[in-house]
Amino acid sequence: MNVSSRRYANADVLHVEGRLDQDTCTEFTGKLMTHVDASAHDGGAIVLDLSRLEYVSSAGLRCFMLASRKAKTQHGRIFVAALQPMVKEIFEISHFNLVFQVFPTVGEALGAVSAEASAAFEKG
Amino acid sequence: MRVRFWGTRGSIPVALTAADIRDKLAQALVQASGRTFGSYEEAHAFASSELDFNLTHTFGGHTPCVEVEAPGDEYYVCDMGSGARPFGVHVLARQARKPAIVNIFQSHVHWDHIMGFPFFGPAYVPGTTIRIHGVHEVLEHAYRLQMREPCFPVDFSQLAAKIEFVKLEVDKPRQVGALTVTPHLQLHSGDSYGFRFEHEGKSVVYSTDSEHKLENRAEAEAFAQFFRGADVVIFDAMYALAEAISVKADWGHSSNIVGVELCQMARAKHLVLFHHEPANNDATLEGLLKEARRFEELTRGEEALKVSAAYDGLEIDL
Repeated sequence: MNVSSRRYANADVLHVEGRLDQDTCTEFTGKLMTHVDASAHDGGAIVLDLSRLEYVSSAGLRCFMLASRKAKTQHGRIFVAALQPMVKEIFEISHFNLVFQVFPTVGEALGAVSAEASAAFEKG
Repeated sequence: MRVRFWGTRGSIPVALTAADIRDKLAQALVQASGRTFGSYEEAHAFASSELDFNLTHTFGGHTPCVEVEAPGDEYYVCDMGSGARPFGVHVLARQARKPAIVNIFQSHVHWDHIMGFPFFGPAYVPGTTIRIHGVHEVLEHAYRLQMREPCFPVDFSQLAAKIEFVKLEVDKPRQVGALTVTPHLQLHSGDSYGFRFEHEGKSVVYSTDSEHKLENRAEAEAFAQFFRGADVVIFDAMYALAEAISVKADWGHSSNIVGVELCQMARAKHLVLFHHEPANNDATLEGLLKEARRFEELTRGEEALKVSAAYDGLEIDL
């Protein structure tokens, strides 16, 4: 499981790669929470780019839920974008699509964060 | 062995209303789309083969009561939810005035799991022997407490049956009649216990009112061991996963998705979703079943796991 990030105005985009399950969720939660503390507060946001996430289990989904709760307490937001078909279906089966805002692309998710984040993304 | 479900709903009994039945009929007529049927049999065949389960059936409304039928004359049943009333009718009819021996296995003593006992007919029949097996120290106290004025007109002490309370020990197998039964501690307010029943190479696990903390690998592995290779796992699937780990976290229940994951880890053969949320209607429950089946397909390893949803009246032969 690899996680890398890039900053666009008031948003951090986290690129998540590999499998997110009971074996990897503790390490992932640590990294995710670091970004939540740093960015998902006072209107800031994290966009999870899941285009390279191959699989997510219930333990992995719980990581997203913990991060979302934390972000809400500090007035931040977490968006999810670019899900592969299997992960998209797991989100729907587990009803996580009712809890998270899911976008087809990272660009559209950043558009929902702020005009500044969207413009920074367009610049590349 | 045979598993017979007398009560499958969690928390509180529910009943279909007149409006629910009218709605099912109206939807069935729409789906028939002008077709005509020459006989009851033709209409029945259409209903059985072409309509969704939630239109032609109901998952039912009695709270937990699950019979495990094994060779011999004794009865074995998990919990005394409101399904214990029709179970009692079944026992009396089958015994035809012959005294029965009934072994009850009590997961815990929350009200939805004991409320049927005051209406369990065999308890009022002289000569009946009822052995209530469980791990909780408060088992006898709870049974006596609910049958006491002003809550119920018949005091527990007035019951005609011979009633014994049998203490089981956690994770220690014990022979009870034809079955070997092993209790396992579960996460639930006041503790609950799952039971694994074994007989001549066949096994059934009854695991309800049990929350699973997904981050705890040791707990998951312990449950996988408890479920290991079971022919049937009856599993607390009260909520969808997102609900179970958000607004209803720490409520002591689990989800369809975690049921699939644990049964796959355990290489169990058949997962039966159980302890249905009383707020869910039949269409919602069928949706949760379809979602669990799809999740199983997406995550399947070498062997397929059969997934069903329990309903009052369901029988599963092992």
